[in-house]
Amino acid sequence: MLAIAKRKNVQGNEACALGAIAAGCRFFAGYPITPSSEVAEGMARELFAVGGVFVQMEDEIASMGAIVGASMGGKKSMTATSGPGFSLKQENLGYAAMTETPCVVVNVMRGGPSTGMPTRPGQGDIMQARWGTHGDHPIIVLSPASVGEIYSETVRAFNLSEALRVPVVLLYDETIGHLMETIDLTPPPPETIVERKWAKGDKDGFLPYAETDDLVPEMARPGDGYRVHTTGLTHDERGFPTQVPEKASRAVERLLEKLDHHAELIESYEEIDCGDADVVITAIGITARAARRAIKNLRAKGIKAGVFRPITLWPFPEAAFSKAVEGAKSVLVAEMNAGQLATEIERICGGEPGVVRLNRIGGEVITPAQIEKSVEEVLK
Amino acid sequence: MNIEPHVSAEQFDVREYMRLDLFPHFLCPGCGHGMALRAMMWALYENEISMDKLAVVSGIGCSGRLGAYIDSNTFHTTHGRPLAFATGLALARPDLHVVVITGDGDCLAIGGNHLIHACRRNLNMTCLMLNNEVYGMTGGQVSPTTSTDRYTTTTPYGNYEPVFDSCKLAEAAGAGFVGREVTMQVPTLKDLIRQAFDYNGFSFVEIISDCTEIFGRKNQLGESAEMILSQKAATRPDSYGTKVDEPFRPNPLKTGVLVRSERPEYRAVNYQGKKSK
Repeated sequence: MLAIAKRKNVQGNEACALGAIAAGCRFFAGYPITPSSEVAEGMARELFAVGGVFVQMEDEIASMGAIVGASMGGKKSMTATSGPGFSLKQENLGYAAMTETPCVVVNVMRGGPSTGMPTRPGQGDIMQARWGTHGDHPIIVLSPASVGEIYSETVRAFNLSEALRVPVVLLYDETIGHLMETIDLTPPPPETIVERKWAKGDKDGFLPYAETDDLVPEMARPGDGYRVHTTGLTHDERGFPTQVPEKASRAVERLLEKLDHHAELIESYEEIDCGDADVVITAIGITARAARRAIKNLRAKGIKAGVFRPITLWPFPEAAFSKAVEGAKSVLVAEMNAGQLATEIERICGGEPGVVRLNRIGGEVITPAQIEKSVEEVLK
Repeated sequence: MNIEPHVSAEQFDVREYMRLDLFPHFLCPGCGHGMALRAMMWALYENEISMDKLAVVSGIGCSGRLGAYIDSNTFHTTHGRPLAFATGLALARPDLHVVVITGDGDCLAIGGNHLIHACRRNLNMTCLMLNNEVYGMTGGQVSPTTSTDRYTTTTPYGNYEPVFDSCKLAEAAGAGFVGREVTMQVPTLKDLIRQAFDYNGFSFVEIISDCTEIFGRKNQLGESAEMILSQKAATRPDSYGTKVDEPFRPNPLKTGVLVRSERPEYRAVNYQGKKSK
């Protein structure tokens, strides 16, 4: 009975809000923007019941600042936006990366650039999600492809963010965000929910950015007596600004090495029928679902095609991808932009196998038929 | 609250509130920011605010760098955004005493929107805006509070834009507590900051500071002592409890408590038991 009661027909954006609550998110700051507003609306409704705080801020920049502020205070926090708002959030997102403040930023992708097509789907923020803020910085980007996966990946986004003290972007297209699917809303077991490593030891001489074996320093909670300084300026182990070249370079190197060190924990992908595939289709979000249908149809016609879908989009699951495309004649990168993921795939493949692009930027999703046609042309 | 001025001048040791290992500090000779910082820490002492329960959030600029010298939980955030970060922090942690240190450019130009809405919300925190009429950290560019006709690196022919009256702005936007003081009289400034700290809601204090090295030199305003004396001469402290009535910064400048209203604090409105729609 209980299991049945937990199944519910919900919208992607609503699933995101419910996943955040299940992950322990207790602070949300947002600003209205299509097509992500339902995430904020869901949080406004749900947070109150669990004693959390919802605040609609004066702009996108403020909502990003507020969630970082709340997280510095110890609350798991999230904001949600779409392309133009995501652009505005970038500076404070970089601050979160630099100060190693956990937070989750949802970007429901619409057509771009600029104001673009607010109500139409797009996948044009793949590169911005990785490189949106200035400077070399670590970031994790997760790209769910179903309503159920939005729920579970939102939980994983919080877990990764808390475990590694790194901002996590949840990136999905408008179609997935507004899709309604019946999903299992059974909350994840409490023991799987990750809590931040809070400083508990000696207060005298505490180093907020100390080099530890796992490269993730303990965070000092304000009020606990550590009296730590937090700054977006390049800082030493004590947290104070430094311009000593060795210290400054080490500070940024550790941030980047942190993700390499925990690659196994971060990596996630789906691989379908790649073993014997002549053509491997790589795609995310709604495009990956079209690809899934396309390979079914292609296989029925005797064409060996497979799908490689990065769930963790950044850092890209490079090793797994290289293994999946071994022996394939071609890789088809299908995406709703002018070719962003394709550049990364071309870099990884280095000419072998060859990479073919399938792009659509008019605000319509890529259909299975278009993918099938592209695969057939590739094999001609 | 009853303020007994000067009582703790001898007992108060500013060094107990500072991160002395960061000295020498970065401020220029003659900069008024040090006096503002001293007044703030003196107010913390007299109001018996625990440095463990204090959270100082600052932005970018000369004012933004002050936080690092305070031996507390200090957050040096992004340009113009300290009020946004502080709003998140204060909402997440009502047990903390949140103080924002910002400057005229940080608070009124790039961060102007956040100031307006922080005043409107009336969330419990104190915003200390250090107004030195210039972007000092970046080399002396014109700011929203640079006096008319003053020279800066970006107004080589003199400033032709009107001046922002931050206190009037804060009042209009709904700040529950608004005050202004010059740095010359540290005890008076301290007493004003004490009242701001004590106010339950959003309190805004404009502190008229001086940038001697860059702004003063460029405009031949003299040494620090001459600058703060002329600032003092331009104020009208007998206006305690009255409102600013001129559209732009009046001369003489009104100081003291300009606004104190009984608006409910942000969290005072309780939605418990209400049904959602």
